Formats: sequence, structure tokens, C-alpha cells
Amino acid sequence: MSQSKGRFGVHGGQYIPETLMNAVIELEQAYDHYKNDPEFNRELTELLNNYAGRPSLLYRADKLTRELGGAKIYLKREDLNHTGSHKINNVLGQALLAKKMGKTRLIAETGAGQHGVATATAAALLDMECVVFMGEEDTKRQALNVYRMKLLGADVIPVKSGTATLKDAVSEAMREWTSRIADTHYCLGSVMGPHPFPTIVRDFQAVISREARAQILEAEGRLPDAVIACVGGGSNAIGSFYHFIPDEGVRLIGCEAAGRGIDTFETAATVNTGRIGIFHGMKSYFCQDKYGQIAPVYSISAGLDYPGVGPEHANLHDMGRAEYVPITDDEAVNAFEYLSRTEGIIPAIESAHAVAYAMKLAPTMDKDKIIIVTVSGRGDKDCAAIARYRGEDIYE
Amino acid sequence: MSNIREAFADGKAFIPFITCGDPDLETTAKVVRAAAENGADLIELGIPFSDPTAEGPVIQGANIRALAGGVTTDKVFELVKELRKDVKIPFVFMTYANVVFSYDAERFMARCCECGVDGIILPDLPFEEKEEFSAVAKQYGVDLISLIAPTSDNRIAMIAKEAEGFIYIVSSLGVTGVRSEINTNIGDIVKVIRENTNVPCAVGFGISKPEQAKAMAAISDGAIVGSAIIKILEKYGKDAAPYVGEYVKEMKNAVISE
Repeated sequence: MSQSKGRFGVHGGQYIPETLMNAVIELEQAYDHYKNDPEFNRELTELLNNYAGRPSLLYRADKLTRELGGAKIYLKREDLNHTGSHKINNVLGQALLAKKMGKTRLIAETGAGQHGVATATAAALLDMECVVFMGEEDTKRQALNVYRMKLLGADVIPVKSGTATLKDAVSEAMREWTSRIADTHYCLGSVMGPHPFPTIVRDFQAVISREARAQILEAEGRLPDAVIACVGGGSNAIGSFYHFIPDEGVRLIGCEAAGRGIDTFETAATVNTGRIGIFHGMKSYFCQDKYGQIAPVYSISAGLDYPGVGPEHANLHDMGRAEYVPITDDEAVNAFEYLSRTEGIIPAIESAHAVAYAMKLAPTMDKDKIIIVTVSGRGDKDCAAIARYRGEDIYE
Repeated sequence: MSNIREAFADGKAFIPFITCGDPDLETTAKVVRAAAENGADLIELGIPFSDPTAEGPVIQGANIRALAGGVTTDKVFELVKELRKDVKIPFVFMTYANVVFSYDAERFMARCCECGVDGIILPDLPFEEKEEFSAVAKQYGVDLISLIAPTSDNRIAMIAKEAEGFIYIVSSLGVTGVRSEINTNIGDIVKVIRENTNVPCAVGFGISKPEQAKAMAAISDGAIVGSAIIKILEKYGKDAAPYVGEYVKEMKNAVISE
């Protein structure tokens, strides 16, 4: 009898080549051991607090709240982490785990470059070799992050196949892992891929909601009415949601990249426009044609430009526990500029998708309601691209 | 005995792989006939997928060319149905789980049965996930082919015990593509397989030259060649059939030579 592992409802599983099966089994066993190991947890907490700068602030955005004139808005400031995004939470955990497993080399995919930068950073700190796969298109959109990764000692491999974006970077990283397993850990950046990755990455990102829940109880003496985060693969969103899932009164809202709109083909809003399928090691929702060919997706945000979504999100959607809303390029760019002006905080264009939905939702809610918006990363990396979007050419 | 077992019945088998629709379905039909006439014992027919994560650059290219030419799963079934009128050797599909899942696994297997497809290889469907497809495959008499890799170790016996049709031994780590040498100890893998099943096993990944095919077939039941054939298609395009035929003849002779 065969037995499928790592299911979230009907989603998840391990749809990978036989060549990788013992590698993911070994990873699962190592993780099951170390997640309860006091020494491992002490080392990880030490890294998170004294290297990455946790806990991150839960900032009460008074000016934003006043201007929008509705619910009180708090921002969970993952942009203040070392390396500038939530990605470091997961990477420090996985890199430490890989090191304990005796691996000496990390490989990773990256879209916007944030996960690649975080992986290159952890590799530098822990004395590991690092190779990052990045869609060639994204290496152009996020040139600054390519330079940062190289500066940190990583090799960056531009991926030219397919649409030359995040999807193709994942495919290439998987291909690389099948060719070199013994010394290499694939440091997957989102809550996707084959089991145990969706669970491992979620556990390492759950620190976001563990902190946010305690922080809001401390500040307000009660839980929020809604938690909003952007969703590509969905790592910052699942991290933001996780400890609120049992709190039924808290709305969980994931913001998908609608690109030029969900009624166009230039979109990456997987839950809103996709269908159930099997790809990149998991069963979940994917943008695809009727024959199961994966669709070329589009978003201004390289980090959300992915045709799938993590299996736990797919299940939260099926259960009706979380809502997934589409945000267009235009709305995200407006939010990017709006938050910069009102609060003096430049969010990543990915995070701006969450801010954009808060801008729609807050005015419809009473003043005694509370929203937490996760600012998953900072927006320095996006300035040149947003300037271009507005018709201005700047030199970095 | 299933049709697939017959391919191995009289000695060592040579198994070519062809991506359907590269560069077009008419050429695929000609190439399949040329391969069959020149000694192929079984043909692996690739249904193209947009993101073939187990393939190296050569077969990725074939997938892209085929999809760009408008090939669909339905058109591939039509091609097979047509070929079945005169080609008698077994056909085995090679594609990705999503292609079958999206078509609806039961409908897919029913079409396989109707068109004369004997088996299916899904490289992204490991032992732990196979039940979702194997039950319905069995119902329609389609063998779900198991793969065993150089990293399978303690999994070989488990996989071999439930294998159907033939076992695909992946010769090397990594993706498909031509390799100058194969370092895995295939003999050790075959030994464990033999202890657990009498289902034949063939070696693929990296084989291009006659001496490699001969060596691999000597320690197993056959050799599978993909990228080297796709390279002939890449070079000669619509005129590739006679060149593939010639290559298949040479490889088959190498495989059966003592």
C-alpha cells in the first residue's frame, strides 16, 4: 500500500521524481527530530533575535488610519528584518537544519530576489556554498538584488527557459537538486513544493503570527478583526495567518497579484483564476489551460509572479477559512506610493498588494475595528521598476 | 502476458523515446514507423508538457517546439489511434502527472485503452502517490511504469514488488540528456529488482552510443534512448524519419549483439 504524505485537504503530497524521494524523506526525518530539539531551537532563536532583529514591530499606523477614516490599522513590519523581508525567518531555519544534516551547499530559487538574498546571507553566515536560480526576466527587473547576492558570495544562475520568471527558477532548482543531492539542500522559499516543504516553511514563518497575536493582545487587549497579507506562493501570508486560524472571528485575507486584471490573461491570481492541478511537487490550484499546460502568468511584482499557490492556502480557500482577493498592478503601485507618503514606509511591491486591499477595506469598517497588514518586505528594490511604470527612467 | 512483456520476450529490448508533435505530428508518425521497422521493441511517446522538470535542455526543447505547433493531448490520442492500424509493437506514454490529472485520469486511461496505449510513465509520480492513478490504470489495462533511481536504495524492493509492465531504471542523477559515461552501479540495482519481481527492467537517461546501450542491456533487459533521438529530430526536422530509422537499427544491433 502506498501512502501519500503532507496533505492539506486534497492538496499537497509529494509529486516528485523518484531520484528525490529519499532526499525529502531524509529532510522530513531530520526536521521531525530537530523541531523538538532544545539546542536547535535555542540556536535558531538566537539567530532570529540577534542577527535578523526579531521580534519585528507591530506598528500602529495612526496617520494611515486617520486618512482612510475607518478601522484602526497596524502594520506587522517584516520589512525591518535583516535583509529586508520575511524571507530570512524561513532561511535561517532551513540553513541551520541543513547544516545539522551535514549539508555544505544551499540552492534556492528566487523571484524578486528577496529569498535569494536571504539564502545568500545565511550561507555567508554559516559558511555554506550558495547557488541561486533566478528567471532571466527577473534578473533584469531586480538587478540590485542580483548584485547583493553576488556580493554575499552566491552564484546567481539566470534561467532562460519558459517564461524566464519564478516558475522557471523553481523548475531549474529542482533539476539541479536531482543532479546533486548528497551535499546539497534545496532551500525552498515558499510554502510550496513537495512535502515536507510546505510544513517546514510554514512553521518557520509562523513566528510572524505568533508575535503579532501577542503584540495585538498587549496593545489592544483583543484580537484583530482582519489580517491581510499578499500571496504568491504564500509564505508571508501563511506565517501571518497561522496562529489566527483557530480564532474564528479573525478574517484572514490573502491578496493575489491580478496583474492587468483577472479578466485578462496577464494575471497571476491563482486562487481566483486557476484550477486544481499537480505541479512543482504538489497538488494545489494552478493557472493552466484545459490540457493542464501551465499558463504564462504576469504581475508587476516578480515575487508574486507565480502560477501556483501553496497547498495549505488552497485548503484554507476550500474550507472558506481564508479569502483570496485580486489586486491589480495599478492598485498595488498606488498603494506603494500612498504608504510611502502617508507613513514614510516604502513597502515592497509585493506587500503593496496587501496595503492596497487594506485601503479598500478599512474605510468600510467601523473605527473600533482592527486590521493587521503584514508588510512582508521593504521597497527599495522596487523603486527603479515603479519609476519606469510611471514613465520615469532613473539610474540606480 | 501484457503487450509490454512481449517486447522483452525474445531477448534484449531497444526502446526509443519520441516527443509527439516535434516538429509536427506527421513527422512523429513517420519517425515512429521508421523506428518500428528498424527494430524498436517498444516506443515511448512523449505527450508534451509546458514545464518538464525531469528533462534536460534537449527534451525541454522538443516539448516547447511541439506545444508551439499546437499539439494537444487529444491530437496525440488521434495520432496513436492512426498508428495502431499498422504498428504492432507496444506504445508507452511518457508525460507529467498534470497532463493526466487535467484530462481526468479515468477518461485518460479509457482513451489509452481505446487507442492501444499499453502503459504510461509519469516521472513526477513516485511510489507514494501512485494509487491515485494506478487503480484506474489497472481498470483499463494500462501498465503504470515504475521508476527506480540511483538514490532509491532501500526503496528498490518496495517499488519492484508492485511494478507492472517494465521497470525504468534511471541510470544517473539529474535530468535526461546525453552523458559521456554512466557511473551508477546498475548491476546492484538489477540484483535487488530480480530478487523481488520478474518484471523486466530497462535502463535509460544518458545513453546515446551503441556501446553504452550494449553495456546497459547486458546487465538489464533493455536500453532506453531519448535525447540522442531528439537531437536527430532537432537536426533534420521533418526529414528526420530515415535518420532515426538508421540510428535505431544500429542501436538495436548493439543491444542484441553478444
